[in-house]
Amino acid sequence: MTIRKWFKSGAPWIWLNAGAIAVSVIMVVGLLTLILVRGFGHFWPAPILETQVTTPEGGSVRVVGALVRSETIPTQVMRESGMSVPDDQQVATRHLIKQGNRDVTGRDFRWYPEWAMSEWRYPDAALWIERREWGDFYGFPLRLLENGRVIAEGEARVWEALQPRIERANRIHEEIESIQRGEIGRVNYLMERVRLDQRRAQMAFEQGEIDAAERDRRLAELDVRQQELSARYGELRQQLEDLYDQVDRDVLVARVADGREWQVPVAQIVRAAQPNAMGVFQKLGLYGERLWNFFTGYPREANTEGGIFPAIFGTVAMVFVMSIIVTPFGVLAAIYLREYARQGTLLRMIRISVYNLAGVPSIVFGVFGLGFFVYFVGGAIDEAFFPAALPSPTFGTPGLLWASLTLALLTLPVVIVATEEGLARIPSTVRHGSLALGATKSETLWRVVVPLATPAMMTGLILAIARAAGEVAPLMLVGVVKLAPTLPVDGNFPYVHLERKIMHLGFHIYDVGFQSPNVEAAQPLVYATAMSLVVLIVVLNLTAINIRNRLREKYRGESD
Amino acid sequence: MDETPTMTEQNPASHGLAAGLFENSGAKRLNLESETITLEVDHLNLFYGEEQALKDISLKIPKHRVTAFIGPSGCGKSTLLRCFNRMNDLVDACRIEGSIRLDGKDIYERKVDVAELRRRVGMVFQKPNPFPKSIYENVAYGLRLQGVRERKVLDEVVERSLKAAALWDEVKDRLNQNAFGLSGGQQQRLVIARAIAIEPEVILLDEPASALDPISTAKIEELIYELKDRYTILIVTHNMQQAARVSDYTAYMYLGELIEFGDTMSLFTNPEQKATEDYITGRYG
Repeated sequence: MTIRKWFKSGAPWIWLNAGAIAVSVIMVVGLLTLILVRGFGHFWPAPILETQVTTPEGGSVRVVGALVRSETIPTQVMRESGMSVPDDQQVATRHLIKQGNRDVTGRDFRWYPEWAMSEWRYPDAALWIERREWGDFYGFPLRLLENGRVIAEGEARVWEALQPRIERANRIHEEIESIQRGEIGRVNYLMERVRLDQRRAQMAFEQGEIDAAERDRRLAELDVRQQELSARYGELRQQLEDLYDQVDRDVLVARVADGREWQVPVAQIVRAAQPNAMGVFQKLGLYGERLWNFFTGYPREANTEGGIFPAIFGTVAMVFVMSIIVTPFGVLAAIYLREYARQGTLLRMIRISVYNLAGVPSIVFGVFGLGFFVYFVGGAIDEAFFPAALPSPTFGTPGLLWASLTLALLTLPVVIVATEEGLARIPSTVRHGSLALGATKSETLWRVVVPLATPAMMTGLILAIARAAGEVAPLMLVGVVKLAPTLPVDGNFPYVHLERKIMHLGFHIYDVGFQSPNVEAAQPLVYATAMSLVVLIVVLNLTAINIRNRLREKYRGESD
Repeated sequence: MDETPTMTEQNPASHGLAAGLFENSGAKRLNLESETITLEVDHLNLFYGEEQALKDISLKIPKHRVTAFIGPSGCGKSTLLRCFNRMNDLVDACRIEGSIRLDGKDIYERKVDVAELRRRVGMVFQKPNPFPKSIYENVAYGLRLQGVRERKVLDEVVERSLKAAALWDEVKDRLNQNAFGLSGGQQQRLVIARAIAIEPEVILLDEPASALDPISTAKIEELIYELKDRYTILIVTHNMQQAARVSDYTAYMYLGELIEFGDTMSLFTNPEQKATEDYITGRYG
């Protein structure tokens, strides 16, 4: 077969098209695999190695830690950076060891050249501890102290005695958490309300709405309330102190790599394990626990440790509020454009403008949102409804509502375009059928046409969600922060606080990956967070697609 | 127009065609002078922009009879039909001169409520167009538009309409299923049931059987025959046997003009105009 015949047969086109799809699939699968392995591999309890490393000065140090990764590089590079390398070697392998103990050695990740290392051992007693501060700890257990008194000694005994005490400390921490987040948060919230009520009473007096006697009566009432709250706060404070005293009871003494004894308060321990002594199922259990903790926990240590729950919650809350805003606006606008507006030059221009909104860089929307929503609209709302809180802004500052509104604006064209296309696809015979039965245009629209177009609207919403959940740039300006003290939904009236700042997975990736002082510690979390974001978007999309398919089934035959 | 050559083969002479058609229908000669008139078209001209689609049409449509409109494609028969319930209002550039009177009242007067008119003049389209709702809701749609809420009334009307449209027995066990699950012929009868549920005076049928198979077509034709006792029926068709089978009066239109109008038997057996004869014998074009 000649080349010419081959071209005529159409086979090259099939190869071209199939090749394009194959490349796309490989890239997507590769990307997902990369973040999956890098991100979720992090939570697998790595074996702890112990080895002796010869220093360039001729001394020898003991290294205990987990292998992060290895690389082979030309020795030339190492020589140029001032290291002494054996002359006969062209290339050398080096290993990055996570040795933890940031408070002990100052550096928790360190490269060691392979030729300087002695044989690796994996001692069963080696202990890994996830701490609330200072990152992970690696060492060998020596003693366990209770109120300064030794209660257990020797590796096996200490390990046995340690676990129930960690559990106890964690329980107390949970209590502390719930008092801090729940009850003290509530008291603070109420106290702030009392303060605002006091301001209001004063302002009402100044504006002549009430007389001095009424003001004093109100202030006196509020004073009583404030004193009650102060007393309650004092009680909670006292409770906390007691709990802190209790939690500080136990201390673990462990030997670190360089031979020193180091005290680790049990109160600092989140969890401890001896990974070298663990079987696969135990490891699996620990893995699941850490993963669960990652999804449900709050971040610690400048976001480089702990969980990402507030970021997941913030992202979902923002997408929900955005969907609630963008759907009615987009659908109504599309119905007007398609059904009511007279098709002409003006309409065509409006439509082109709307379509082009989709192409505007998102940061522009962010700047607009900050200027218009936050400062202009938010400022106006503050002056009209929250004058007592001024000068500290309530809505006149970036927050959930403004982030959602900005995203709604950003995704509006998507919803409009999809809905318009859906409406255009509804056959005119169905409309005529309704009109011929004596329905008016609006009756036809709302009873027949719009229900038929709902799958198309859902398609628009799906695209909007996909775009919104992954957007970061504009959000940094209008409501997303690296650490939000409170979730936007809680038990205090009115339960949903649209003015609060939120955390967001996309921004979390940026913050952890590029704003964190501890790059090596942050890296796996960046991958894990990225994976979480991808999974979240997939889940949101699948939910929406599922709803759409149900609608399609319902209106089968006439919709696409 | 597609049928025309076929007919030529089957029926070489006009008398042969007419004789064959009227043998089993039992039709008798009718006299327009003695009928009650429901619709009266008076010097109707219709323009789509610059183009004139209907030219000076005048005719009287008798009550409780089936009037068929025949003619080649593009002759304006569907356009004329759509004038009776003002569906042409939906076309932007459409302009109408002259008048159409329903029971003596001009339907193109300013104060006429178009929705009310369409309740009195129902319409069934060429392609079955059920709504994306259940069979029940399809039939109840017109009533719900009028604000009828009582379940009892709705149930009664739905049953009566479906029975009248000869569909009840086929769907009574699945009234709550989606109407798209029905076959094309069933859908078309459902649409007819939907139209008669609101008790119109006139029913307009725009080629109601052209998208259906022969058996469904026969059912629709039977239905038309049964419905004419209670409704004035206007049917557009380009199937001449169908016109001959179901109608009492026939109008032949060509290029926007009404060429001939009379009782079906006379028109088919003894047309006054040469053009009509040419068309029904297949010598048209």
